[in-house]
Amino acid sequence: MTEQDKTIEELPPADLVTGAAEDVHAPDPPEEEEEATYKEMSPIRLVLRRFFRSKLSIVGLVMIVALFLFSFLGPVIYQRWGEETVDRPEGGVISEIKSTYDYEEDGGKVTVTEVVEHVSTDNLLAGPSASHLLGTDDKGMDVFVRLMYGGRISLLIGFIVVILETLIGVILGGLSGYFGGWVDNIIMRIVDIFNCIPTLPILLIASATIESWELSPDQQIYVLMAIITLFSWSGTARLVRGQILSLREQEYITATEVMGLSVWRRIFKHLIPNVMPQLIVSMTLGLGSVILYESTLSYLGLGVQLPKAAWGTMIATANDNVVLQYHVNMWLPAGILIVIAVLGFNFIGDGLRDAMDPKAKK
Amino acid sequence: MFKYIVKRLLISIIILLGVSVIIYTLVRLMPTDFLTQKYGPILQTNSGFREQFEKFKEMYGLADSSFAGIMSGYFQWLGNLFKGDMGTSFIYQKPVAQIIGENMWISFAIAVVATILQFLIAIPLGITSATHQYSVRDYATTVFTMIGISLPTYFFAAIVIKIFAMDLGWFPNTGLVDPSKDFGSDFAGTMTKIGDMAYHLILPIFVSVILSIGGLMRYTRTNTLEVLNADYIRTARAKGLSEKKVVYKHAFRNTLIPLATLLAGILPSLFGGMLITEQVFGIDGIGGLAYKALRQGDIPFIMGYNMFLAILTVIGTLLSDIMYSIVDPRVKLGK
Repeated sequence: MTEQDKTIEELPPADLVTGAAEDVHAPDPPEEEEEATYKEMSPIRLVLRRFFRSKLSIVGLVMIVALFLFSFLGPVIYQRWGEETVDRPEGGVISEIKSTYDYEEDGGKVTVTEVVEHVSTDNLLAGPSASHLLGTDDKGMDVFVRLMYGGRISLLIGFIVVILETLIGVILGGLSGYFGGWVDNIIMRIVDIFNCIPTLPILLIASATIESWELSPDQQIYVLMAIITLFSWSGTARLVRGQILSLREQEYITATEVMGLSVWRRIFKHLIPNVMPQLIVSMTLGLGSVILYESTLSYLGLGVQLPKAAWGTMIATANDNVVLQYHVNMWLPAGILIVIAVLGFNFIGDGLRDAMDPKAKK
Repeated sequence: MFKYIVKRLLISIIILLGVSVIIYTLVRLMPTDFLTQKYGPILQTNSGFREQFEKFKEMYGLADSSFAGIMSGYFQWLGNLFKGDMGTSFIYQKPVAQIIGENMWISFAIAVVATILQFLIAIPLGITSATHQYSVRDYATTVFTMIGISLPTYFFAAIVIKIFAMDLGWFPNTGLVDPSKDFGSDFAGTMTKIGDMAYHLILPIFVSVILSIGGLMRYTRTNTLEVLNADYIRTARAKGLSEKKVVYKHAFRNTLIPLATLLAGILPSLFGGMLITEQVFGIDGIGGLAYKALRQGDIPFIMGYNMFLAILTVIGTLLSDIMYSIVDPRVKLGK
């Protein structure tokens, strides 16, 4: 009894508390007082605020922006070498190959130094220098510049493939989830089929098939995008369908039905926007995996074709043990850039997922 | 339950048929056909060989590349499959089923060791980074494992080979056994051979563990975070249990629920081999063989390998759905 009395007495009287609060806001006109106590934020601003609170998502964003500047703005600024220019200095490149032999003759030791002068027209396999920041590759092309062009292709393929597969996934998944019944059955069986096809082997087979069409390297890139899209949309379709199945049962969809909105509008205006958060996350994470697939295909010689630059083909030079051991500048930077790209998209995707989670606090 | 499984299996057959049609058509459209590759040089020098070559093509079932020809080839393959015959590999001249059966085990051994290590490393990492959310430890493990996911297999393998096999010379960089050594056929010889194999497999296993930790670790972390917010964890804490007991006794068991379903889904990667890793390290597992087959247009083997993977995927998904309903009684299978 006494204890309770004490605690009550220790608390400041109620009117004192409100009085203090009024004091703080006293100079404000009454209309603005409400704004001072809570700020109305649009959902997008809320998401952005939560997104930028995580350090990793900022790091990811910086990585991707840097990569974009490097590969799209880089070649514009640094025009010393082109994507496919081979460095052919005047007078050729003179390299000396020195070899020494020791042998004993008449009790004395004789050392023979043999110097072979080698002259070639192309500046092949040069080490990093001022004129070639990361040296040249086995064809005499500048590695640093090819990294930029390779980045263009990887990022471009990544974005286009992800957008295309999302479009296909949204349309098919949306129809399947909304209509149910036999439409759902047919579409989902197709999704199952594509889901069961082993991705990497089928991509290898498909890109080998394209080789026989004898397209120009440029056209081949478009076909490559189409192939990767064809074998990767099923996940998105499944995701969209699952979301729509649960959203379809909610009251606001019944309301749109009562209002007599068209089916098309109900699906694409009222259902799909509510799937957007999950879609954006899966698109960002998908970017990373598309870049990995593209570079793997290029690595195996089935993706982007020489003389076009691609990160995967640059790493493939390391299949030669001499390059692997002595010309690290040829393959290591390309790999690091792939890691930066994929890691950046993964960080951003993770950050977005946390930021868009409705269960998250504040 | 039984009815559900039967229904799923029936649907699976339709799915597998669809998969096989797509793969077969694409494989037949591939430019590298096995015979042209094998007899190409002879064809160029010896014009009289042409007639025999056409006969060979007929024998291998590669003569007709039109739509009708591909379809009839497909139904022939399918018919043989129902008789239990997966065809004879062009390269190895042995039944495909036999080759898969013989070479599967080396891939399986790598995958089992790698998977066990992966679980042993990833789950504790995931739990600690969840219990210490937003701490330095959390960020460090997250960044480290995310780099693992982002590394392309062949690139990481190249780095590992350069550092550990070439610069330091600790491990061999290619192959399964040392070809220069002669192992006896007695017991001691077999044991040293197995030891040598294990020695050769350290790098491939290392590579595949590092690359796969990330996914599982993130998964564990998310699940643990979710469980730690649950009401019964608050109850456990309110009872005054030690934090250790709360995490490892109450939370940990419940994070295992989603992991159990993951375990069933792992089936294809357990038996299917790793195409790139095996190719880079020159191991003749099922993945490495499949890569060679793809390169040389060995149609029966490509079909066999891909169908093997597809069947494993179908069974894996079914198992993980069943597992889900077993570990979580709220999930009801069926319509």
